[in-house]
Amino acid sequence: MAVARAARSGLNGLFAVYKPPGVAWFRVRDTVETLLLKELNSLEQPVVQQQVRFVPTTVEGNAGKELTLVATQLPVLAAHPLVRGPKFTSLKIGAGHRLDTKSSGVFVLAVGHGNKLLIDLYNAHLTRAYTVRGLFGKATDDFSDTGRLIEKTTFDHVTRDKLERILAVIQGSNHKALLTYSNIDLKTQEAYELAVEGLIRPMEKSPPLITAIRCLQFAPPEFQLEIQCLHETQQYLRKIVHEIGLELKSTAVCTQVRRIRDGFFTLDNALLRTHWNLQNIQNSIQESKIKVKLELQRSLGYQSRSGKRHTDMDQVAESELQSTEGTFASNLTDKMR
Amino acid sequence: MAFWARQICVWCSSVKTCSVANSIQRLRKTHRTWMQLHQHSALSLLCSDNHFLQCGLKTNRSVSLGSHLQSTNSSNGQIRSSENNLLSPVNDCQQQAEIIPSSDTKTLYEDWEDTPPSSALEEISEEEAVQIVAEPPLPLESFTLRDYVDRSETLSKLVLLGVDLSKIEKRPNAGQLLLRMDFEKDIRKRLLFLKDVGVEDNQLGPFLTKNPFILAVDMEALETRVAYLKSKKFGKEAIALMVSGAPFLLSFSVERLDNRLGFFQKELGLSVQKTRDLVVRLPRLLTGSLEPIKENLQLCRIELGFRHNEIQHIVSKVPKILTANKRKLTETFDYLHNVMGIPHHILTKFPQVFNSKLLQVKERHMFLTFLGRAQYDPAQPNYISLDKLVSMPDEVFCTEIAKASVQDLEKFLKTL
Repeated sequence: MAVARAARSGLNGLFAVYKPPGVAWFRVRDTVETLLLKELNSLEQPVVQQQVRFVPTTVEGNAGKELTLVATQLPVLAAHPLVRGPKFTSLKIGAGHRLDTKSSGVFVLAVGHGNKLLIDLYNAHLTRAYTVRGLFGKATDDFSDTGRLIEKTTFDHVTRDKLERILAVIQGSNHKALLTYSNIDLKTQEAYELAVEGLIRPMEKSPPLITAIRCLQFAPPEFQLEIQCLHETQQYLRKIVHEIGLELKSTAVCTQVRRIRDGFFTLDNALLRTHWNLQNIQNSIQESKIKVKLELQRSLGYQSRSGKRHTDMDQVAESELQSTEGTFASNLTDKMR
Repeated sequence: MAFWARQICVWCSSVKTCSVANSIQRLRKTHRTWMQLHQHSALSLLCSDNHFLQCGLKTNRSVSLGSHLQSTNSSNGQIRSSENNLLSPVNDCQQQAEIIPSSDTKTLYEDWEDTPPSSALEEISEEEAVQIVAEPPLPLESFTLRDYVDRSETLSKLVLLGVDLSKIEKRPNAGQLLLRMDFEKDIRKRLLFLKDVGVEDNQLGPFLTKNPFILAVDMEALETRVAYLKSKKFGKEAIALMVSGAPFLLSFSVERLDNRLGFFQKELGLSVQKTRDLVVRLPRLLTGSLEPIKENLQLCRIELGFRHNEIQHIVSKVPKILTANKRKLTETFDYLHNVMGIPHHILTKFPQVFNSKLLQVKERHMFLTFLGRAQYDPAQPNYISLDKLVSMPDEVFCTEIAKASVQDLEKFLKTL
C-alpha cells in the first residue's frame, strides 16, 4: 500500500511520449493511462484489516461453564481487495499541443498536478519544430499522399536553389507577420534588446506563423524541410507544402509531418511505446521538473522587469532555436535593423 | 421479551424507513414469536460459528430490510437482505413508516395479553447482558456488497474462495442473487458439481466472478448438459477445458448447444474430430452469437479472397479469426497483401499474423525495408518467415532477424 502511494506521488508533472503515426492522440493518452493504472494496482500488497471484536463464548468460570465476552481479532472482509475493487481507478492525464492522426512525434502529457503547468506552457507561446517530407508531381484534395488525386504534373524543372528561394520568401513574409502580431513598437530600446536575444514573438492568439524554414534533403521527387513555427496545425503545414509546389510551377503533396521539438521537450526526451511504464515515466517527469522550474523562475524574473510581456520559458527555448537554426537567428536580427 | 421489543424499537428509530414498529397489529402478532426468538437466539449464539458475528436481532417478516428468520436453530442465523442495485423500496410497509417514540411503547404494550414489559432500568442477569449485541443495523438498500459481506456467511465464504465481488456488484441482479442464496444449501452442491466436471480449485473464484448466475441453474439441467457433451464424445479433460474457458457454457440449454455445434460442422465443413478440437480450443464460439461469425466467414471468402480449404486451415490453426474485429482484420490483410506483397498461400501457412498488432507489423516491416532485409518469398535467399516476424520479442527480433541492435530499432522508430 505504501509502495503504491509513493509511486502515485511520484506521478505529478510533465513528460513527453513519441506518438506513432496512424494513431489518434487520445488513444495514446488512454493507453498511457491504462498502463500506469495497471502497474500502480499491481504494486499494492493485499493486507487484510483486522478488527477486535468481543464475541460471547463459553469459558470455564468459577461456577462451571459461563458465557463471557472474549476479545478476538477477526478479519474485516469489507476492506478486502476482492470486495472493494482496485485502489486506483483513474488518473488525470492531460495532453499538451495535439497531433492529428497521420502525424507523429513529440507529444507532451501531464499527470496529476502537472496539469496546471500545461496552462503555463500554453501561455508561454513557445515554438515547435517539425520535419516535413514532401513529394513533387501530385496534388490531392487534403494535401497528403492518401487523399483523392486531383492533378499530376512534371517536376524536372525544379532545382534546389529554386526551392530555397521560395523558402526564403516564405520566411520573410512570415517574419513580417511575426513582427506585426508581436505588438511591440520597433523603435524602442526594449524592442532592440528582445530582438538581440531573439525573443520577439506574439504572446497572444495569432494565425500560424513560421519563424524558420529550411531544406534538409532534396532528391526529386522527394524533399524534406525543417520548419520552426508557432500556433500551427499539422494541416497548415501540409498546406504550406502544397503551396510550395504551386510556387515552383509544379505540385507537391506532404507524406510525413513529424514533430521533433515542443517547447523544450525534444526527441531525446520522448518515450517510445515500448518504454511506456511507471519507472521510465517517473524518471522522465523528474528530469523535466528541473527544466520547468528553471524556466518558471526565469520567466517570473523577466516578468517583474517588464510588466506587460510575460515570457515564461523563452530563453532556453530560443537558445535551442538558435542552435538548431544556425544562421537564421542572425538573419532575423539583420532584418530588424 | 419486552426488553427485546424496546431494543428493536430503539433500533428501528435509528433507521430511516422503519417498518418493523409500524402498526400495533404487527407488534401483537410478532410479540409471541419474539418470545420464542429469545430462547432461540440464545441457543443459536451458543452454537454460532466463531468467525462470523451474527446479529442478535431477527425479525419474522420479509420487510424492506427483507430479512427473514430461520425458524429452526440448527444452522447459523444470518441476516439476508434483499436490495436491488437500483434504489427502490421493496415493501408496501415503506409508506407507513413511523417512528414510535419510546415513551409510547409502554402504553402500547399494555394492550397485549401477555406479561407486562420491563423497563430499561431493570436488572438483568449476566447471561442476558453478555448476549446483547449492539451491532449497527444493516443498510436497507445499497449499491455495494461491501456493507453486507461481514455479516453474511455466503458472501464471506465466496470472498475466501476468490470470487471478485467488486465486479459482480456492477452487474444488475447478480449481487441480489448472491445475497439470497444460502451457501450450505445451494452453492455447495454446485461447486462440488463443477469440481466433478473438472474445474480447478483456483479457477472456481474467477469462474463465479464471470458467471454468478450458474448458481441459480437447476442441478438436473446442469447434469443433462454435461451428459449431452459426453454423448457428443467430448473427453473428460476436453469438457473441463471447455467449461473453464467459457463459464457461460453450462447456462445454455441443450438445444442451443446442439444448434451451435451443428452450425460449425455445416459451415466450416471440417471433420467431426477437428470441429471438436476447434470448440475445445475456443469454447466461447459456443456461447457467443452466430451472426458475427457468419459475417467473418463471408468476409474471408469474398473480400479477402481465401478459398474454402484455406479458410478451413486458417480456422483450425487460429480459431480467433472467427471472432476477430472485421475492420482490424481487413486493415491487417490490406497491409500484408498490398503493401508487403505477401500472396495468399503464404498467409495461409502463417495465420498467426492476423492475430498480431498491426502497428508492430508495420514498424518491423519498415525497419526491415530500411535495412534492405524485407524478403518474404521462400524461394529467394535471406527469407524471413512471417511467424518469426510477429511472434518474437524485440530483442530477439533485432539480433536474429534484423541483425541490428535494439537502439538502432528505437532510433529508426523515432524517425517514422
